[in-house]
Amino acid sequence: METPTHLQERRDASDAAAAEAASAPFVPLVRPQLPAQAPLLVAVLAVAVGALPVVVLGWGPVGGVLVAAVAFLVALPVWSNVVEGPRKATDRLATSLMWSAFAIALVPLVSLLWQVVGNGFPALSGEFFTFSMRNVVGEGGGIYHALVGTLIVTAWAAAISVPVGVMAAIYLVEYGRGSRTARVITFLVDVMTGIPSIVAGLFAYALFVLFFGPGVRMGFGGSVALAVLMVPIVVRSTEEMLKLVPDELREASYALGVAKWRTVTKVVLPTSMAGIVTGVMLAVARVAGETAPLLIIAGDTDSVNFNAFAERMATLPVFIYYSYMQPGIPPEFGRERAWGAALVLIALVMGLNLVARAVGRWFAPKTGR
Amino acid sequence: MAKSIDISDLDIYYGDFLAVQGVNMTIRARSVTAFIGPSGCGKSTFLRSLNRMHEVIPGARVEGKVVVDGQSLYDPGVDPVEVRRQIGMVFQRPNPFPTMSIYENVLAGNRLNSKKMKKAEADDIVERSLRGANLWTEVKDRLSKPGMGLSGGQQQRLCIARAIAVEPQVLLMDEPCSALDPISTAAIEDLIHELKSDYTIVIVTHNMQQAARVSDETGFFNLKATGEPGHLVEFNSTQKMFANPDDPSTEAYISGRFG
Repeated sequence: METPTHLQERRDASDAAAAEAASAPFVPLVRPQLPAQAPLLVAVLAVAVGALPVVVLGWGPVGGVLVAAVAFLVALPVWSNVVEGPRKATDRLATSLMWSAFAIALVPLVSLLWQVVGNGFPALSGEFFTFSMRNVVGEGGGIYHALVGTLIVTAWAAAISVPVGVMAAIYLVEYGRGSRTARVITFLVDVMTGIPSIVAGLFAYALFVLFFGPGVRMGFGGSVALAVLMVPIVVRSTEEMLKLVPDELREASYALGVAKWRTVTKVVLPTSMAGIVTGVMLAVARVAGETAPLLIIAGDTDSVNFNAFAERMATLPVFIYYSYMQPGIPPEFGRERAWGAALVLIALVMGLNLVARAVGRWFAPKTGR
Repeated sequence: MAKSIDISDLDIYYGDFLAVQGVNMTIRARSVTAFIGPSGCGKSTFLRSLNRMHEVIPGARVEGKVVVDGQSLYDPGVDPVEVRRQIGMVFQRPNPFPTMSIYENVLAGNRLNSKKMKKAEADDIVERSLRGANLWTEVKDRLSKPGMGLSGGQQQRLCIARAIAVEPQVLLMDEPCSALDPISTAAIEDLIHELKSDYTIVIVTHNMQQAARVSDETGFFNLKATGEPGHLVEFNSTQKMFANPDDPSTEAYISGRFG
């Protein structure tokens, strides 16, 4: 019997430890701390310090903010170092730096939204969404034609790039894993990721000139250009999602005597559907705002065009570009329409992102708990 | 419908690495055969080679013969998909399909092969398989709930139900209880006893008591030395293996004096 011996030994050891602890000096676990409102207090003082040169020396607000930030970043860690010790002081400095970085990152986003909403919101009206620019000079008119064009061009782009991208990813993960072909394709996809959008537009233009002659303009050409930009994003995101499906599920399916392609379509794809749909939605949102390729191949028009295969087709980004560059006379109305269209485009892209999240949650495997 | 398996001179490779060498044995129909041995000695590899799951891993291949019912599994014309329909498998970790309900999980083998069946027939298969896996009473009121919502032991029994729903000849089990608590383990061992009357069962286990409890025959695998291929040391009736094994290393392993 060895268990009792073990227990005996363990008890002896704990007795010894207790005896040692009794003789060791008392170590306090409570350390002095700054009050909970300390950062707030320092912040108020820092703002006061920052306001000083603005008032006294007549500096601009940017200088004042900078002085306040530096004052805060110096004062709080120094105070903390005196009261709390170096470890807490470092923690406070790092925390403050993180928050500063966060604030800096937010500045362009907030200022952009502020500008776009402030300038664009007055332009929104029933007419703005339901009228095209046909025969409109000066006031009035709307973005109906551009909205329709963006939806049609993006839908066609998705229709081209999603099957190609998803199937390429299925090949890379399920069939070609580790093979030379797969490595070459992965490399080419990486190269495609870096194609400038204007080059994609020129490619689409050159391609369609081969069939329809020079000067061709059609919405579908824009879709092809956008698809060139979308395919690598779709391949990449789908590939990552397929890799996340555990091999155990594939093996479980094989062990039931299910053929490989059925395993892929019935087990692997449904399991990763949420991620794939999210990836596709994000790719769509990414290309919906592309301007350069559409400028070249889809062109611009003032009328509604539902046919992607003939004639010019206006899209929101191109509409914004022309409304701002050639606002007409007087220019205020054109500029206002540009801001309004920009707001609609941002809302559209943000809406797509939200839809992607909702769809991802909807498709996600359910645990039933 | 159970079948026996004859294995002769089986060598199993991962690429150039010889993992298991020269296995000869006959697995009897309607019996439970257990494989024991230290980690890395090739038990699971050998088990996976019995229904051609081994070759799912890139670069893996097999030399030698595995004969089921007079047909050699590794003949050139043999379709591995067909082999796996005859020889089912249960894995170490429960792996129900996360997108499917309990009902769909049981029917997965039939549905994924797009077998057409009537609703009544499908219901019948589900109930029969779940009863066979001792799970029916626990889940009969929530068949439409996701399979992932069950406990680990229930999930493993769901996987067994899924495997027997396609009515295989042979059922391979790769450490089916190693992720389970003693109560779920007991449930699955009872199940193995019941399934024995209909199926040929081959089980890999690290638990010697489990091998002694459930199996009729036992094979002991071992490595000659680290880096050497694994091989079958002894294959005998379980009673003899645990009472009076022929090979001294078997006795050393079973009694815990391994080396």
